[in-house]
Amino acid sequence: MQKTTFQSKSRVSNLSPGTTFTGKWNRNPYQIIKKLGNGANGTVYLVATRLGERAIKIGENKMSLTSEVNVLKHFSSLGQHTLCPVLLDVDDLEIAGETYPFFCMEYLHGDSLLSFTRKKGQEWVPILLVQLLGDLDRFHQAGWVFGDLKPDNIIVTGPPMRVRLFDVGGTTKMGRSIKEYTEFYDRGYWGLGDRKADVGYDLFAVAMMFIETVYPHRFQKASQKKQHLDDLMEKVTSASSLRPYKKVIYRALTGKYSDAQWMKKEIMTVIEKGSTSQAVSSKRRSRPVSGRSNGIKEKKKPSYRTELALTGSFLFLSSILYLVGQII
Amino acid sequence: MTRGKLRQVLLITDGCSNRGEDPAAVASFLKEKGIVVNVIGVLDHGEREHGMREVKEIALCGGGVSQVVYTSQLSQTVQMVTRQAMTQTLHGVVQQELRGILGEEKEMEDLSPEKRGEVMEVVDELGETVGLEVFILVDTSASMKTKLPMVEEALTDLSVSLNSRQGENEFALFLFPGKRKDVEKVLDWSPKIEQLSTAFQRLTTGGVTPTGPALKEALHHFEKRMKKGSLIADAEDDFPIEKPGF
Ligand SMILES: Nc1ncnc2c1ncn2[C@@H]1O[C@H](COP(=O)(O)OP(=O)(O)O)[C@@H](O)[C@H]1O
Repeated sequence: MQKTTFQSKSRVSNLSPGTTFTGKWNRNPYQIIKKLGNGANGTVYLVATRLGERAIKIGENKMSLTSEVNVLKHFSSLGQHTLCPVLLDVDDLEIAGETYPFFCMEYLHGDSLLSFTRKKGQEWVPILLVQLLGDLDRFHQAGWVFGDLKPDNIIVTGPPMRVRLFDVGGTTKMGRSIKEYTEFYDRGYWGLGDRKADVGYDLFAVAMMFIETVYPHRFQKASQKKQHLDDLMEKVTSASSLRPYKKVIYRALTGKYSDAQWMKKEIMTVIEKGSTSQAVSSKRRSRPVSGRSNGIKEKKKPSYRTELALTGSFLFLSSILYLVGQII
Repeated sequence: MTRGKLRQVLLITDGCSNRGEDPAAVASFLKEKGIVVNVIGVLDHGEREHGMREVKEIALCGGGVSQVVYTSQLSQTVQMVTRQAMTQTLHGVVQQELRGILGEEKEMEDLSPEKRGEVMEVVDELGETVGLEVFILVDTSASMKTKLPMVEEALTDLSVSLNSRQGENEFALFLFPGKRKDVEKVLDWSPKIEQLSTAFQRLTTGGVTPTGPALKEALHHFEKRMKKGSLIADAEDDFPIEKPGF
């Protein structure tokens, strides 16, 4: 959100559908289908290429996309295909005597994380976070930290549902300072750590995303020098869908996890507990939690029906989870 | 690899200067001295952008980056502007080196995207390890009063960001107008910005805005330091960075 202030409108931030062009160096032809969004470093379009639909990102100035391209290239060369969009072309676009860099990548078709979970139900959140933590673990193993981790940078594709990360603008080599971040997900902002790229930095952001799924409006920290951690944990305990994950969230917020795999395991344990320790119904009911009423300040006793339906879907989902676990 | 140093002034203000020399002129001179001037214009919600032209002009003349923001965005802006300016300066240096190597007027666009990627890696590496000196100048004229708590927070946040780098940092903090003089020292060169609140509370916010003289003070302060400081300073007058050894 704050980022938009850094962006000046330019010729390439508003190309109209139907526009065609050819890359300056590699001579691949592109046709704009529609704009997908404006980012901090450029504008993303859906395009038609000879090989089908792809996404391209066009930068405002000559160096603006270079870091991102470097990261995408690195991961494409590792064959780590699902970690970020596959990089397909890197080139320049010439319009009216000006040169703009762009790159072409795989088009990820789906919903952003938050709109997905709001549509489909809160019970998806831990499942998707488990997938995400698996990906992050592989990032970390390769010596990188994702950095600017937030729901806007996560798309849920499928079915089969799968989280995918894009916008690697903040992706930083371990041990360096985080290149790009968004305050709400940044442990520095909450006074809970520095901005050195380490495993804990990403895991903190995961915990904040978890909290955010229940509080639809990103809240701000209280005035200075307050106990931010206590405030955050209070938000966690007062939301019924977060309460079972209290320990996990606390550990992530305080940097206790030394790797993503550990956090992933603990979330999985809670999911499983939730589905076995409670009762019976294996029949999967229709959506138990509607879009918004994600249980902020619910009454002490949630209705029996809801509980039952939740249990049912947990059972169902944990079997999915098992399968997913086999694949990733 | 021997490390060079980047020198920046970070000016935080909300409007027009009205005393002393033209700040843009002083900024131009600072640039000649190898010191980059970044400017952040601070608005309260509801305020208009009038008087913000000066913000842009000073940064342009000072070879730096400028940004006009609302107070709520200040923290993230301060660190981004500082980083952007670092990258910009380093690009300049690297480009100069490139010309030396390629022996002709090569600009970044002439490089293939691949080569650009390699250049960026070098810039990233330098940005992470280079030493940085930031001279912070905060406008405390009457209209800034309500914005100062956010300024204070933003500066602490900047210190967190920069100290997450591998390179070393030194900060100095001055306010203008001062009690008796145009400029008043709050913090002399030190590696961290902490506990500013007392300094900001002591303030009497005044009516005049001597931005030009404040920038001049920044120059003096840098010069004093450079003289007694490193041996290789001034070896490269036209670079805002001492010769990096890569
Ligand atoms: N590979 C992709 N496939 C589909 N949509 C994408 C892709 N990359 C980016 N987008 C869309 O374009 C928008 C802008 O992306 P990005 O430049 O990464 O912006 P930001 O910096 O705001 O995250 C995103 O919100 C996303 O919806």
